[in-house]
Amino acid sequence: MRRKLLAVPAISGAAVLATAAPAFAQGTEDVAFAPQQLLDNIWIFIAGILVFFMQAGFALVEAGLTRAKNVGNIMMKNLMDCSAGVLAFFLVGYGIAFGSDELLGGWFGWGGLGVDGIDSAAGDGLFTATTFFFQAAFAATAATIVSGAMAERTKFKSYFVYSLVITALIYPIVLRWTWGGGWLAQREFPFSDFAGSTIVHGTGGWAALMGAIILGPRIGKYGADGKPRAIPGHNIAFVVLGAMILFIGWFGFNPGSELAVDEFVMQIGVKTLLAGAAGAVVGMIVNWVWDGKPDVSMAANGLLAGLVAITAPVGTVTTPVSVLIGAVGGALVIASVKFFDRIRVDDPVGAISVHGVVGAWGTLSIGLFAKWDDAFLGREDAGLFYGGGIDQLTTQVIFVVAHFVFVTVAAGLLFLALKKTIGLRVTPEEEMAGLDVEEHGVTGYNADSVSGVPGGLTGVAATPTPSMTV
Amino acid sequence: MLSLVTAVIKPFAVDAVKDALKGAGVTGLTLTEVKGFGRQGGHTETYRGAEYAVDFVPKVKVEIVVPLEDAESVANVIRQAASSGKIGDGKIWITSVDRVIRIRTGEMGADAI
Repeated sequence: MRRKLLAVPAISGAAVLATAAPAFAQGTEDVAFAPQQLLDNIWIFIAGILVFFMQAGFALVEAGLTRAKNVGNIMMKNLMDCSAGVLAFFLVGYGIAFGSDELLGGWFGWGGLGVDGIDSAAGDGLFTATTFFFQAAFAATAATIVSGAMAERTKFKSYFVYSLVITALIYPIVLRWTWGGGWLAQREFPFSDFAGSTIVHGTGGWAALMGAIILGPRIGKYGADGKPRAIPGHNIAFVVLGAMILFIGWFGFNPGSELAVDEFVMQIGVKTLLAGAAGAVVGMIVNWVWDGKPDVSMAANGLLAGLVAITAPVGTVTTPVSVLIGAVGGALVIASVKFFDRIRVDDPVGAISVHGVVGAWGTLSIGLFAKWDDAFLGREDAGLFYGGGIDQLTTQVIFVVAHFVFVTVAAGLLFLALKKTIGLRVTPEEEMAGLDVEEHGVTGYNADSVSGVPGGLTGVAATPTPSMTV
Repeated sequence: MLSLVTAVIKPFAVDAVKDALKGAGVTGLTLTEVKGFGRQGGHTETYRGAEYAVDFVPKVKVEIVVPLEDAESVANVIRQAASSGKIGDGKIWITSVDRVIRIRTGEMGADAI
């Protein structure tokens, strides 16, 4: 099975346009597009829409796992991650990631402000606009992972700055190293990460780790005896609904990362489906045996862990192995959530465990289980268990470690700088009152009996509303 | 003379109590969702791997204003309807009420009930 095609996912936009464009007419009116090219573009556009829909899933999961007094704030952070984030990614992020100038030996790049060639449909393969749309949805995903881990105690102003910096700088540098064709792609045995277990989820997860550490735990999270205490979220239905939306969104995330319409799209979809299912079931069972009851939100974390785990290896492993990789992810996330709770890293939604820890597992699993030639590998049977030796595993370890060091240092410096300047954390009074009123001026859930009176309770004339006369 | 009968009962007993009171001729009552503990105490649950104490158990508070002479029988109706025989069934107490006024008409005392 040869799959050279998708070894050029992200490079396709910039590089292919630059080299192949002269062979084709420049203006759209002169070009008769082949059906395959149009199919490729429309599928990646639709896949990008599915990935973008994951924003709704993240928003619901995070809102559900936190308290009602902070629901407006967490929704606002998600809203800004996907709107301010895509603007920042458009302005500078995309150029750093995929711009034509490779700098510092593949550790950085530049392509000017904005996205070069985005208004042109010239060339073969994906249009630049298609690539940008798809990549922007991924950038928003990396950014929004962090809001959950920093929930219920972060100043909105500081979070907004973070959101801009990760999409403008931190995530694009990771992209340059990898899908942008930088140093990790130029190794003798190049890195492999099909849809971004490390590139996307790991970036969000490790930035979340630094945010949660530098912020410190929420008031009341740890008792006087130092033991972690539960702060139950306010809407478990949101959590499950959000997890299911993410499940659906992942069918754009992984199959879309094929970056073409071919016979592998559906296989990738099936592996994604099975790994997510295995993560949910195994996560539930491990949590059930460990704690005595099957915790709904932990099973949801298990589902997401299965999906994050299969995101990197989905193209290179067989379908049965994808079940195994998802199952390990589901078990790992349960242990990881408990671990971070014990070491006083307060992550209300489990983002560090789902995206950071399990993202690393998914990425490393390629070094063990890779069978097909896919996603930058350049050879078949690269996995340790398929006789590939430790070459690929070594590369995957270097990839995961280098990425971890870069993201934790960059995000750590960012959060420390914010702490020293505009401040990272709200006051204890504000934290106890809830961020909704103090940061945004309105509570998330208003009782009609209080807020529905015209003019408010202290308002002008007490005009009876229709409901009052019934 | 009027009395306020206040009962704190298990939430699932609300329908039985309401039906029994209506059957006994009570024309109105007020319900409030409340939390608290008595001898039943709270218990411990686990959420995302961390334990937390449920110190306050959900209950429903029923309040009914009735003529003094009906208070005992209303309390009995509630007790029979709300009793499961298990710990945590709740409490009933009766207090005297100075005045009652119907907002719409201005009627007072027993006429306002």
